[in-house]
Amino acid sequence: MKTFGKIILTAAAAAVAATFVLTTTAAAEFPEKAINYIIAFKPGGESDVTARFQQPFFKKKFGKDLVMSYKDGGGGAVAWAQLNTITGDGYTIMGTNLPHMVIQPLQKDVGYTTDGIVNVYMFHYTPDAIVVTDKSPYKTLKDLIDFAKKNPGKVTFSGSAKGSSNHLAQVTFDRLAGIKTAYVAFAGTAPSSTALLGGQVVASWGYTTVPPAYPGTRMLAVAMEKRHPNFPDVPTFKELGFDMVSGAYRGIAVPKSTPEDIRKKLAKMIDEINHEPAFIKQMEDNGFAMLNAPYGPELDKFMAKAKKDITTSAKEAGMVK
Amino acid sequence: MQGIEYVLEAISLYHISIALAGVIAGTVIGALPGLTATMAIAVLVPLTFSLKPASALILMGAVYTGAIYGGAYSAILLKTPGTPSAIATTFDGYPMAKRGDGDLAVTLACTSSVFGGLVGALFLLLLAPPLAKIALAFGPVEYFWLAIFGLSLISALSEGHMLKGLIGGCFGMLLTTIGVAEVSADIRYTFGSHTLIGGIEPVSALIGLYCVPVMIDLVATPARHLQVSTEGRGFRLREALSLNWRHKFSLLRSSVIGTITGILPGAGGSIAGLVAYSEARRSSKRTEYFGTGEPEGVMASESANNATVGGGFIPTLVLGIPGTPPDAVILGALLVQGIRTGPNLFVGGETSIVYVFIAGLFVATVLMLPTGLLIGRYAYRFIISVPKAILVPTVAFMTIIGTYAIRNNMSDVVIMIVLGAIGWVLDRYGFKPSPIVLGLILSRIAEQGFVQGWIIGTARGNAAAEFFNRPISLGIIVFIGISMFYPLIARRWRLNKELQNDSET
Repeated sequence: MKTFGKIILTAAAAAVAATFVLTTTAAAEFPEKAINYIIAFKPGGESDVTARFQQPFFKKKFGKDLVMSYKDGGGGAVAWAQLNTITGDGYTIMGTNLPHMVIQPLQKDVGYTTDGIVNVYMFHYTPDAIVVTDKSPYKTLKDLIDFAKKNPGKVTFSGSAKGSSNHLAQVTFDRLAGIKTAYVAFAGTAPSSTALLGGQVVASWGYTTVPPAYPGTRMLAVAMEKRHPNFPDVPTFKELGFDMVSGAYRGIAVPKSTPEDIRKKLAKMIDEINHEPAFIKQMEDNGFAMLNAPYGPELDKFMAKAKKDITTSAKEAGMVK
Repeated sequence: MQGIEYVLEAISLYHISIALAGVIAGTVIGALPGLTATMAIAVLVPLTFSLKPASALILMGAVYTGAIYGGAYSAILLKTPGTPSAIATTFDGYPMAKRGDGDLAVTLACTSSVFGGLVGALFLLLLAPPLAKIALAFGPVEYFWLAIFGLSLISALSEGHMLKGLIGGCFGMLLTTIGVAEVSADIRYTFGSHTLIGGIEPVSALIGLYCVPVMIDLVATPARHLQVSTEGRGFRLREALSLNWRHKFSLLRSSVIGTITGILPGAGGSIAGLVAYSEARRSSKRTEYFGTGEPEGVMASESANNATVGGGFIPTLVLGIPGTPPDAVILGALLVQGIRTGPNLFVGGETSIVYVFIAGLFVATVLMLPTGLLIGRYAYRFIISVPKAILVPTVAFMTIIGTYAIRNNMSDVVIMIVLGAIGWVLDRYGFKPSPIVLGLILSRIAEQGFVQGWIIGTARGNAAAEFFNRPISLGIIVFIGISMFYPLIARRWRLNKELQNDSET
């Protein structure tokens, strides 16, 4: 009997040890299989395109696929509300977007909270910019401001939906420049830029991604700290005396149950891609701006500031009370 | 001859096999309700990274064109549009199938789709740069009126039951207001439910409203699903072609309408089919037979929706503005490949990509004829020969999978089933699904166009002038008037004629 018990004990110990060894090797070799990358919007949008840019680099570096799926709805809210119900084993990651994730929970109970989402990396942003057509009479930002001052309420800006980064930028800029303009919301950057090209509006609050994608457009100023490497001739708002740096920020989040070491591993992997010169070039050529905010204090600091800034401008824009 | 090298490259064995595989896959995917062209292409994107840009485009174009055609099968055989583009196909396709002409309807859909697809591709080849300007000429106000034009079809669809048609349309419009508004970002009518935040997805609503009542009726009645004739009649290709020939002008007009609607980034296949159907119905001598299984109705809808494929590529390739949702995905895939779209594609260094692709699109469209006929025949045989006890669960299962797949969301399945039950009850009281669906699909476009037009008009100093002073808008308004009051005018004419005949005799 005693020996039998001993055998069981040894067997159990061996099993525990084996599992331990197995799990540690498994963790060491993460990822062992393809990773499911959920996009909270329709295919073909910027969230999708930037994820697609990451796809081949991920495969090359880590030998496994990123498999896209789309959970569109409620401006991203539907997917984010479900994120924390998914098993957190590192094999499901989800694209996240600011300012959406700050504004939506402030508006109503949308099934998630800003702080409840575990971001592991914020990897780029599309800075806000004032865009006009090549033929526009406004050559500089000053031209446009002068016209707007003489004609209050007459300048129309197309931009993506209300509560978007474009909209918040319009409200902030109106205050900083002391002008009053009309914001015409469209269902995304594509229809907004189409309206600009079609002459339906005077100018557009778009992103630095607009001129590369839509030939015939140019920017008057960009909301960045420094000029965009792809557009060295376009001044920043800061240079022109308007203190604003803003845009749509994109990152990657995991379910809350994802273990700490996996979160760090994912962050490190995305960080590696983010420092790949070919990736950076592709992103910047298409007008995106790089951002490196990996999991940990850097991301916490970034999120705290973003949350504060976005809440302030959303209140100003009347999006939240 | 210049350009021949592009054609030769497109008809290489490699490209033909890519196009063939794409068309077959697309047709099958499109036939399954809920699985759309957009999704099929999105799944393909990683595969295209390893192909050359022109080959990748041919593959995606072939899948796209196949999927738009495939939507006709379920529209005709199950009264459920496989994609929103096939909504108008149900109006006459299903009654045709019901009376035993399902094989003819499927073949007709195939020949008309091929024709429409070729017309769209021809416009893309010859006139892309100038036609792209149409995409820019349409502003918010034009989209608003275009949506109203689409809605005016309710009056034609519910002749004799106008009030019920209008109530149905309003119900559909109300449904679209649920959820986060796409443009104003307000969260509306969710009643605190997280399920409703995503709103009512149009395709899942379509499946619910059309397909669920058909399923319920199948179970509730002992009759066969579709009439079947006993003798084998083959493809009935000759019959279909002679119908195409007889209505050649209608076919051509529908294809042109489809191409132009495809160019409009805010419109898409559903509007193309509806507008073409509406115009075919109005100008036909057999107006009163539309909706009861008139082959010309199927032709109009199917040629128009396949013409949107070529049309949609026009702004996509020339301006970088996606003409339709699948084009947006294709544009993204091109971006990853490092291809920048724009006018240079047609004149500058990268012309070979565009022209090989256009040649490939022609090849894929032509290949759709044999493959479409064959797959259509199997689909028809399957639907008519399978016993109900197997058919109903199979279709029910497919609709659930399809609905889930649209947004990978279980809530959509629940909404689909609930709407289906509501639709079944409403149908018993004479509220047909089509007006509801029209309201659901078109009110989103109408709402956005109205709000945007209003803000722009107010900034310009006169909101009313914005809506009534633009030439294209005025043109559309005239068509709306004709479409809404034509049934009344036509009846008056008929009465007058009868009176005259009476007095003469």
